[in-house]
Amino acid sequence: MVTDLTTAIWNTVAVFLTFCIFSFLYKDNPFYKIAEHIVVGVSAGYFAALLLWDGLVPKLWEPVVKQGKWYYLIPGFLGLLMWTRFSKRYSWISRFSIAFYMGIATGVAVPLYVQNYVLRQLISTMLPVHFQNLTGIFNLLIILGVLCSLIYFFFSKEHKGAMGLAARVGIWNLMVGFGAGFGLTVMGRVSLLINRVQFLENYFPSLIRFIR
Amino acid sequence: MRRQLPILIVFVSGVFMIIQYFIPHESFEFIYEYAMDWIIIIGIFAMLLGLWSLTRVSVSKVQTKAPGWGFSVMTLIGLATMLFLGIYKGNKSIAEGTLFMDIFWNIYTPIQATMFALLAFYIASAAYRAFRARTVMSTILLVTALVIMLRLIPLGPLSGINQTLASWILTVPNMAAKRAIWIGIGLGATATCLKIIFGIERAYMGKD
Amino acid sequence: MTFYERLMQLDRRWIYLAIAIAVIIPVLLPFKVPVYITPEVRSVYNFVENTQPGEIIFLAIDYDPNAMAELHPMAKSIMRQAFSKNIKLIISALSQNGPGMAEQLISQISKEYNKKNGVDYVYLGYKPYFGIVILAMGQNYRIPFPTDYYGTPLDSLPMMDGVRNYDDVKGIIDIGGGNITEYWINYANGRYKAKVALGVTGVMTADYYPFLQSGQVFGILGGLKGASEYERLTKREGEATEGMSIQTVAHLVVIAFILIGNIGFFMSKKKK
Repeated sequence: MVTDLTTAIWNTVAVFLTFCIFSFLYKDNPFYKIAEHIVVGVSAGYFAALLLWDGLVPKLWEPVVKQGKWYYLIPGFLGLLMWTRFSKRYSWISRFSIAFYMGIATGVAVPLYVQNYVLRQLISTMLPVHFQNLTGIFNLLIILGVLCSLIYFFFSKEHKGAMGLAARVGIWNLMVGFGAGFGLTVMGRVSLLINRVQFLENYFPSLIRFIR
Repeated sequence: MRRQLPILIVFVSGVFMIIQYFIPHESFEFIYEYAMDWIIIIGIFAMLLGLWSLTRVSVSKVQTKAPGWGFSVMTLIGLATMLFLGIYKGNKSIAEGTLFMDIFWNIYTPIQATMFALLAFYIASAAYRAFRARTVMSTILLVTALVIMLRLIPLGPLSGINQTLASWILTVPNMAAKRAIWIGIGLGATATCLKIIFGIERAYMGKD
Repeated sequence: MTFYERLMQLDRRWIYLAIAIAVIIPVLLPFKVPVYITPEVRSVYNFVENTQPGEIIFLAIDYDPNAMAELHPMAKSIMRQAFSKNIKLIISALSQNGPGMAEQLISQISKEYNKKNGVDYVYLGYKPYFGIVILAMGQNYRIPFPTDYYGTPLDSLPMMDGVRNYDDVKGIIDIGGGNITEYWINYANGRYKAKVALGVTGVMTADYYPFLQSGQVFGILGGLKGASEYERLTKREGEATEGMSIQTVAHLVVIAFILIGNIGFFMSKKKK
């Protein structure tokens, strides 16, 4: 971790910033705000440099300048039109680029959403139901769970009578799903904290060893 | 024309992309590949819009000396530093071992990771304050969450039962609930996409 | 104010302190906890294990440094397993703040196994609009990525000779911390019928079981637990396994707070 003067300085900066963010747990303070604003600027700068070297150069500059594929200037021009968004007078020009993107993205998405999120899921719900073993019973529970949860989300008809009962079973099923999600979320959040504590735990002994 | 032509573009390109999914002919594939390629290039310019927007907002705060303008100076310094370091050596600027990546690892990464680490504290606090078995539904949620959390705790002879129960919860009722949600998402997203293609939904165009 | 009412109004900073202690103590006094292997993790392990030397797996490292805690151990374990079996990897990083982090990970692991860029692995890097990139790669990797992350044309890399799209890889393992995962299922598996497995954060794990049951994904590694299971299977225990003991203590504390909160709630309600 801390192996020389450079890593000692950089790791100390990292630890200092870590504590700046942790200080927010006590109360909001200027150290937290400084760290928060620095990260916004640094992440934007990082992303811009990445877009330049990983995006613009290999996708536009090199095809046009090095390979002579002049037709790539068309998407480049459409991209530049996006920037008219900031002008009150000419912002309407950006609609053409946005329209191109929106049309393609939505057109691609429609058949795939229907196929993967609706049809495949419905097909997979059509499970064999029997009482010879637990699998058959669990399949029945899955079918009922999906059906009742979908009925719960159908608000065009009042949830009364049989529909009301199904909707109630549906919301209970949904609560099981949300409970499972919460249980896993706790693990997820704690993992993030563990990583930070392990980072701090590696830093201090290695700094002491370096100083000695 | 300022509104009709973009709507026409959305309609034509959207319908074409739906049709080409069902027709794997060479000519359709050819147009499809170029459409994908061009969208990525347009997207790069769109992403840079966000950068300009951030700069504008921060500069405006500094110029008008709005409350907290000093912090906006920090944002601009961070942005300018990374931009300079990311460009001045050409494409070698963003290679591993450069000052650019040192700042990424030792300034951006710890701040970002720690911000998310705060969530561990918040979830504990929220669980203590809000997680109450007030009704049947909240009790079901609470009991399920406890069973899933107990997976990570060695319970001796009960561990096997708990693992089996947790696995059953995830693969049967949880799966059924999430499936219903995904079906809803699929139907909703399809409806929204069709509304955009047919020009019913035009919020993306902004105001005149 | 009764004891229970005071309990209900406990300052949250005491809760924060309890969590901090619950995490710090196991770090300083480590211990081991049993790890139970689930079928959904084992199927990912078996997939990599049954891949022959020289075959290619596509590894998508789609997370930012904020999700590194849970997902880095998974990525490391899978890469180590693949490289130890001389399986080739094509790697992409479609999350906007992840490419540098992915590159550092690849450099570290490839050096351990003496693997060469362009011969044993190819790192494609990042392009915006991940949905379109995933779709385009299904036609040809060269559409979104004419060059790799280091600027070398894909056609000049020995490993990419004859490798066009998802049909030329054994399968895709997406390790993601956001909604990019949905696009791998929807586009890569949905349109191109590529085999997809997921490595996701704890928060997201429960959401993807429908796709596991329908066969749209063949395995899920869920959070730090999934990572620790994978480390156990590859017999190389690391950060994830160390983290599980800390998870145990932290979970006990959170469960205790939930129970205390409910006891306090019901007792103070009873008094009224």
